[in-house]
Amino acid sequence: MSVVFDILASAGLWAAVLRIATPLILGTLGALLCERSGVLNLGIEGIMTFGAMIGWLAVYNGADLWTGLLVAALSGGVFGLLHAGLTVTLGLSQHVSGLGVTLFASSFSYYVFRLLVPVAGTPPTIEPFQPIDVPMLSSLPFVGPALFTQTPPTYAAIFLALALAYVIFRTPLGLAIRMTGENPHAAEAQGINPMAVRYGAVVAGSALMGVGGAFLTLSAFNSFFPTMVQGRGWICIALVVFASWRPGRALLGALLFALFDSFQLRLQTRLSGVVPYQIFLMIPYLLSIAALALMARRARVPQALMQPYRRGER
Amino acid sequence: MTEAVLDIRNVCKRFGDNLANDDISLSLGKGEIVALLGENGAGKTTLMSILFGHYVPDTGKVLVGGRELPSGKPRAAIRAGIGMVHQHFSLAPNLTVLENVMAGTESLWHFRSGTAAARRKLSGICQRFGLTVEPDARVGDLSVGEQQRVEILKALYNDARILVLDEPTAVLTNLEAERLFATLKEMAREGLSLIFISHKLDEVMAAADRIVVLRGGRKVAERLAEKTNKAELAELMVGRKLARPVREPSTPGEEVLKAAGVSVIIDGVERLKSVDFSLRAGEVLGIIGVSGNGQTTLAHLLSGTVGRDRGELLLFGQPVGDLTVDEAVGAGIGRIPEDRNEEGAIGEMAIWENAVLERLPRFSRHGLVDRQAAQAFAGEIIDAFDVRGGRPPTRTRLLSGGNMQKLILGRNLIDRPRILIAAQPARGLDEGAVVAVHARLLEARRAGTAVLLISEDLEEVMALADRIQAIVNGRLSLPIAAESADATKLGLMMAGEWNDEHEVSHAL
Repeated sequence: MSVVFDILASAGLWAAVLRIATPLILGTLGALLCERSGVLNLGIEGIMTFGAMIGWLAVYNGADLWTGLLVAALSGGVFGLLHAGLTVTLGLSQHVSGLGVTLFASSFSYYVFRLLVPVAGTPPTIEPFQPIDVPMLSSLPFVGPALFTQTPPTYAAIFLALALAYVIFRTPLGLAIRMTGENPHAAEAQGINPMAVRYGAVVAGSALMGVGGAFLTLSAFNSFFPTMVQGRGWICIALVVFASWRPGRALLGALLFALFDSFQLRLQTRLSGVVPYQIFLMIPYLLSIAALALMARRARVPQALMQPYRRGER
Repeated sequence: MTEAVLDIRNVCKRFGDNLANDDISLSLGKGEIVALLGENGAGKTTLMSILFGHYVPDTGKVLVGGRELPSGKPRAAIRAGIGMVHQHFSLAPNLTVLENVMAGTESLWHFRSGTAAARRKLSGICQRFGLTVEPDARVGDLSVGEQQRVEILKALYNDARILVLDEPTAVLTNLEAERLFATLKEMAREGLSLIFISHKLDEVMAAADRIVVLRGGRKVAERLAEKTNKAELAELMVGRKLARPVREPSTPGEEVLKAAGVSVIIDGVERLKSVDFSLRAGEVLGIIGVSGNGQTTLAHLLSGTVGRDRGELLLFGQPVGDLTVDEAVGAGIGRIPEDRNEEGAIGEMAIWENAVLERLPRFSRHGLVDRQAAQAFAGEIIDAFDVRGGRPPTRTRLLSGGNMQKLILGRNLIDRPRILIAAQPARGLDEGAVVAVHARLLEARRAGTAVLLISEDLEEVMALADRIQAIVNGRLSLPIAAESADATKLGLMMAGEWNDEHEVSHAL
């Protein structure tokens, strides 16, 4: 037990939690926004990969880091547009379209990367975001180094979660998005254009996914390799259910998952040799499944999720 | 009539070969309630969809307060003060009443929803028209009647001066329908103008000031409510004299089904409380009651989909254990479920598939479905029971309610079942279909089938049943003979007023 306590008591663990959680927060918010409007976006895994690649590539070619994030957002938006075209305009299966986007975007990012970056022995690197010490707060004992020495995108992600919660629950736009996800016919009858709402939500949500991917290459790490998203997109899809489609809970869910993950990383180093490390790799996923099973039973799914909307047809 | 707030002039609309609206004109005065009466397919809904901007008319125009409405623009219709309450509600079940009402009423780019102001406006409307709804309730938790109130509130919140209701009572119980019409009259007194679409003669006579009859896309008549009667309206609507059949006297045969002290408990609630009844061959036993008093459970019990917790059930004199669906079908129990879309037929499947679902073994050969035989069987039903609008391969969803009911009826009656459980068999059907369904039930009775008719329509029960029992809160009254029943007496029974001792002598 003392091992567990030791790990939990180290400021390094909590700093890592926020860092690991950031791409999950962004991806989950993106997926959540899409689903609130009634569109499941399984393109997330590929969109994050592409965002990681294109953001890094922009910076590698001389753009500054914020421009890199912006490029990743734009690329996400373009893939979102593709997904929306297939699922909203053409009304195709959202599963199939989403998986198609993932397969396409993942392979395409590797292709572009190989095309534009020469093969080298060690992967080329960039200068990533540096941690910013929040004045005053960062000098607090324990809490300071744990929570207030993060890179700017991490602070931004937390702010975005709160902002999205406000938009969804407190603004007319959020109500329009929720109503479209619950019953697009009802939205239409109230003078809301469900097609436009879905396009907007999917494009914006996909942009967030792109930024989530870019965090990996521009802040968490400094180079790109094709498998680096490693299923984070799928975790985000599960976190949306865990969060019952609420941004605040999405933030908590992402932090919880990150806690499991960074905890197992440290446990691995302490107990290596005694237990095969693959066991530790499983822990966050097992705990996620358990948490999901607990939370999802009470969740209220957007009623029109995965239902294409066709005007005049019920 | 006062000045017209709404004028529909010479509207024509054609869908392919079908002239859905043929030169229809209609005007509506302030504070007036107009009923648009017609059978399914008469063009009522098309006309209202044109009014609301869902369809663009081929010719003709719509004037609101003297100004022409641009066609094909729902927003323009809303802005001109037209509110529409659809038959199928468009509500978001997971959102609250207030959210459903205010969605889309503000600019999407406002930084904050004006929830407090919206709440005040909503409660003002609720008070003015006596429509009580909890603004923070989740819409999915409300009853159907309350959900309809939310639909009306949505229209009123958008400052509707003209309200159009498409078959508003189709999904309501009788009690809820009465409340609705009281509300509509209140709204008319407050100066709103209303149009409601219906094919039910009772309610247009009860609620409308003026009645416009459509048939085959044409306006065939216009009558003031006080200057017409149901018989005339029925004839105008159907185009020929149409009378509901009435049972002729007969002597019932042996007892085929008997329940003694049967109770059913579902999720801890006692849905049926020690009910007794006896059903004989060649008779119709009417179970009358307001929906939600245990009728559904009774029908499910006899169809084999729910089990009983206490009491005895005798089928052809033999006690039965837990009746399963297979046993029920095998014993010759035909079933017409209360909700034909949910339980009666699968809309996405073909007519022939629905026709043979209950008796798949008969249409199986070497473990495969014998399509030819099944299609032939479906064809037989279609011909024998006059199912219009589809052939065996047609998707069942495309049939009108009346024809779907004829298909279900045919599927059950074609094999001459010994017992028929008919739950609300004519609910929501137009007059022509009601007549057809009633005629078939009486035909089955003549052929010796024992019919259990579960209904909340007094007229239906009085016309068809030999004996009548009321169901109230899971309890069954003792039966009374139809000869000794009148509307007042049945009304009292439906309210739970019966004397267990007294009625016995009448029954036998």
